[in-house]
Amino acid sequence: MTMSLRRKVILYCLLVVSALFLFAPTIIAFSMSFMTNQDIMTGKIIPTSISFENYFHVFQRFPLLKYMFNSFVVSIAIMLGQLALASLAAYAFVFIEFKGRDVLFFLFIATMMVPFEALIIPNFQTIRDLGWIDSYQGLSIPFFAMAFGTFLLRQNFKQIPKELKEASEIAGMGDLKFYLTVVLPVARTSLVTLGVYGFLTSWNMYLWPLLATTDNEYRTVQIGLRQLQSQEQLNEWGVIMAGAIIVVIPTLILLFVGQKKLQQGLAEGALK
Amino acid sequence: MNQLAIPHDHLETLELKNTLKKQKILRWLKGMLFLAPSIILFSIFLFYPLARSIYLSFFLTNNTGVPTVFVGFENYINIFTSPIFRNSLQSTFLFVLYTVPGAIIISLFLAIIANEKLKGIGFFRTMFSSTMGISVAAASVFWMFLFHPTMGWLNQILSYVGVDAIGWLTDPKWALLSVSISTIWMNIGFTFLILLGGLQSIDRYLYESADIDGAGYFYQLRRITLPMLSPTLFFVITVALINAFQTFGQIDMLTRGGPQNQTNLLVYSIYREAFMNYQYGPASAQAIVLFIIILIITLIQFKLGERKVHYQ
Repeated sequence: MTMSLRRKVILYCLLVVSALFLFAPTIIAFSMSFMTNQDIMTGKIIPTSISFENYFHVFQRFPLLKYMFNSFVVSIAIMLGQLALASLAAYAFVFIEFKGRDVLFFLFIATMMVPFEALIIPNFQTIRDLGWIDSYQGLSIPFFAMAFGTFLLRQNFKQIPKELKEASEIAGMGDLKFYLTVVLPVARTSLVTLGVYGFLTSWNMYLWPLLATTDNEYRTVQIGLRQLQSQEQLNEWGVIMAGAIIVVIPTLILLFVGQKKLQQGLAEGALK
Repeated sequence: MNQLAIPHDHLETLELKNTLKKQKILRWLKGMLFLAPSIILFSIFLFYPLARSIYLSFFLTNNTGVPTVFVGFENYINIFTSPIFRNSLQSTFLFVLYTVPGAIIISLFLAIIANEKLKGIGFFRTMFSSTMGISVAAASVFWMFLFHPTMGWLNQILSYVGVDAIGWLTDPKWALLSVSISTIWMNIGFTFLILLGGLQSIDRYLYESADIDGAGYFYQLRRITLPMLSPTLFFVITVALINAFQTFGQIDMLTRGGPQNQTNLLVYSIYREAFMNYQYGPASAQAIVLFIIILIITLIQFKLGERKVHYQ
């Protein structure tokens, strides 16, 4: 069915205006990151000349590369940990029948009711007592177990026909082999979705890295940005914006590439 | 023969029972083995700290968090009579009231206009979901500049139209609203993405038959789109409520709870009490209040969700 021209024009206008409003803060920051201080002070919108000075400064004055490396390590560790633990748990909930399974599943669902923010005091003490302050394991391991991921993968694994499992048993295939060679490859799409989601949320984590790190050696980019913002009181907005742009580039790329999958996957998890 | 057969039979079933039992135990062990990593980590980083928080909330502690004096419900009585904490609760509820409807209404509008089949719609969808990829810290930096008293765009625009400058983050009357505006912006990406997914799963056929019946655009919106979207909307509202109560990053970056404690939201208040004032007991009591609020929201969701959502 074709749309009337009038409706098309109205829609495009709404889309363009909304996009401009919504993307304005990001565009402004991006533009400022290429400006000289003078341009910023005089309230320019577009830089008079594009300069990479701010980027140069931010890398020179801050261990930003190290922060980025730390964030990568922590985010990838959390992503892999979540994928492994959630898929193992989901496998047990779908393919292994044992006593107490339903109770355990209910317990998993119940963990979604406990906000991490309410647990920071004992968790901080645990990490401290383990000597894990300023360490990759302290930043990542508390987030490995994940009810939402288990739930999402369970929905997905359920679509694998039971006959396949029965056939594999007759063929003498063990559970571990079935999990590795049949279930994981079939659920590839959901695993990717969950992985993207895990990476995004870990990269953007703020409160826990703030508590669990005290020195620059293990600090993540988000806390680095906090440091940058609070130390640069000289109104060097260009440098701060350059730092912020560098921090959001990896996640924005990931989001733009995986947007469609993420949307389908999250909607699935929401509705089933 | 018969006399012999009975015990033999009996023996066989016994054996069968034994092997069945063995298999049952084996299956149980296998199941637990697959679940063990998750169960162990949940125990260490979720169940234990929950119990420990409840325990700590009945004690006063020393500076390192070791409980020293049992005080019963005194921590709870103290926080609920403290004007600072009551103010914090009030700010938190106001913040929820501003941000949840704000983000959902804007995202719903964006999702509806981005659900049309138009050329280049993918570009707009990407734009609208973009704030999901921007971290709280980075978004706070962006908004920090927009809110800047002299150079910030918001005050520049105000002065352009001849209105006095506003102390967005420094005026106690405005600070909570300013933080809410920036939070709505941060949350639009995720909310939009989920709502768009919900819209796309609505059967096209419904609209086609409505078109044949000559139903107008807004009639279809009211009678088809919104009812069909209600399960998704319901989910999004719950997630947004929970997220709003857990807000921390933008407060830490933009206002540090000020001015005059106007933006001292619940999680920031817990953080300040525990990690700046070293009052772990009262801080734990606040954490339990947060837990109970979230618990109530999720329980309501489960109860209402059972009725509303159709399972396939």
